[in-house]
Amino acid sequence: MTNRVFAAVAFAVAIAFAAVTQLISNEYYFTAAYTVLQFVILATAWNILGGYTGYVNFGSAAFFAIGAYSSVVLYNAFKAPLPVMIVAGTLIAGLAGLGLGYLTLRLRGVFFAIASLALAVVLYTFVVNWDYVGGARGAYVLQPSEVPFGLPRYVHLLYIAMVLMSALALIVARTIETSTLGRGLAAIRDDELAAECSGVPTLRLKIVSASVSCALMGMAGTTFPYFLSYVEPSSAFNLSYAVNSIAMPLIGGMMSWVGPLIGAVLLGSVQQLVQVTISSAWNLLIVGVLLVAFVTLAPNGIMGWIDLWRRRGRG
Amino acid sequence: MAGPLLEVRGVTKNFGGFNALEDIDFEVQPGERVGLIGPNGSGKSTLVNCICGSLRNDAGSIRFDGQEIGTQPAHRRIRLGLARSFQIPRPFASMSVLDNLRVPLLYAANARAQKKLSHGEVAAEALRILEQVGLAGKARDTSGGLTQVDMRKLELARAMASKPKLLISDEAMAGLSASEVDEILALLCGLKGLGVAVVMIEHVMRAVMKFSERLAVLVAGRKIADGDPQAVAGIPEVVKAYLGE
Repeated sequence: MTNRVFAAVAFAVAIAFAAVTQLISNEYYFTAAYTVLQFVILATAWNILGGYTGYVNFGSAAFFAIGAYSSVVLYNAFKAPLPVMIVAGTLIAGLAGLGLGYLTLRLRGVFFAIASLALAVVLYTFVVNWDYVGGARGAYVLQPSEVPFGLPRYVHLLYIAMVLMSALALIVARTIETSTLGRGLAAIRDDELAAECSGVPTLRLKIVSASVSCALMGMAGTTFPYFLSYVEPSSAFNLSYAVNSIAMPLIGGMMSWVGPLIGAVLLGSVQQLVQVTISSAWNLLIVGVLLVAFVTLAPNGIMGWIDLWRRRGRG
Repeated sequence: MAGPLLEVRGVTKNFGGFNALEDIDFEVQPGERVGLIGPNGSGKSTLVNCICGSLRNDAGSIRFDGQEIGTQPAHRRIRLGLARSFQIPRPFASMSVLDNLRVPLLYAANARAQKKLSHGEVAAEALRILEQVGLAGKARDTSGGLTQVDMRKLELARAMASKPKLLISDEAMAGLSASEVDEILALLCGLKGLGVAVVMIEHVMRAVMKFSERLAVLVAGRKIADGDPQAVAGIPEVVKAYLGE
């Protein structure tokens, strides 16, 4: 499938998903779907740097929060419309990714992971002490009373925005994966020194990869303030974002765009289910148990397991 | 002839207080076949790393094709036409053998070429090179699962895919059987016909003597001899360095 055909299919599916708002009246489903899709974007974005390039980012929550808090700033400053928030948050998170990449991607492996974790802590402290966005108290971001496009509630609009953003994230990930850039990133993941000696400008590619990955993570956070109507640092910087955006690609498979999608839908849905049936406190425990199970039983994730199974079937 | 293809002048490299390379002069003419020998730890690989940009030399100059390259990152040097193979094979293990060759074709050969190869042409060219080294039958296999000798061939194939003017082969034959050594040797000798200069770093003396038009010897970070292979191999100092007294 060419990139254009894939993009067309992805957007067609997205529009079909968006049309569901006209059919189902129970709002809860959209709230739940919004949360799952948010993880689809985070997992897909994380995988661009983590899966394709082989650099583990522990700071996903920081980029998610950059997206969320840039929306808070735009809301406080001039009640900016939603599309402006989405674009601005994506760009700012992308710039932060560029900065982090430039400063730390000379470090290899585990050192980069530690630096990304440090960034999350630094940003958290910064936001807690920044009064304009509410500091530790948090900030209210009220949903507009008028809902555009004749939609019943504002959450429907947020859900549709999330559906479209997920489609965009998947298209970006797949385009990178099948491009020359993706080939270069895979070379870096496999052997960085050999990649450099094959003519791959490793530092530049890593920075591009980090910028795109972080921009998409930020994008996932831009609608978050409207979704909850209230943002405070510990929810925007929640550990669950960092853990889930690593766990989901790991469980789904990190070699292609399908893996994070499967992982996020699976893990995200299970978490939603547990949240309403058992307790929200169980969420991270389930992620942890699944992570341990997959790392020991299917280290290449669900997609890796399917590949293996197919190859056995053939040969 | 406009002058040497590779010109190393006074290159020095220290690791802390240890002088790995001291004031090395080394030249390679276009299309020339040069052997580079020396005991373990004599600085051969360090010299290759300095030439190819994996390490930066502390002093001296490195010119390639008339251009100073000593301060350039490794990927730029490769794009100028300087390729290397690694002593311990470093394949892109998750990729197929064919895809391994796509990387240098897309990033090195295409970066230099006037007319860029399309994706179809890249695959065709990769397959052509695999045929040259005898790996065409394994083009679809995952490179991580190759045998040692096939990995060495893949190393050379990947270096050739960047369309080099100079290929530095770092111990491509170490640990191989006699017939495997002959296979690799035939491959390297075949490059002469393509106008590619080759520097062969090797311990297998039989192969070095057969291959080299000129022989240079490194001992403890210094070049102690450089010239006709037969003459160099007879110098008492060289014999002493290799065999002891």
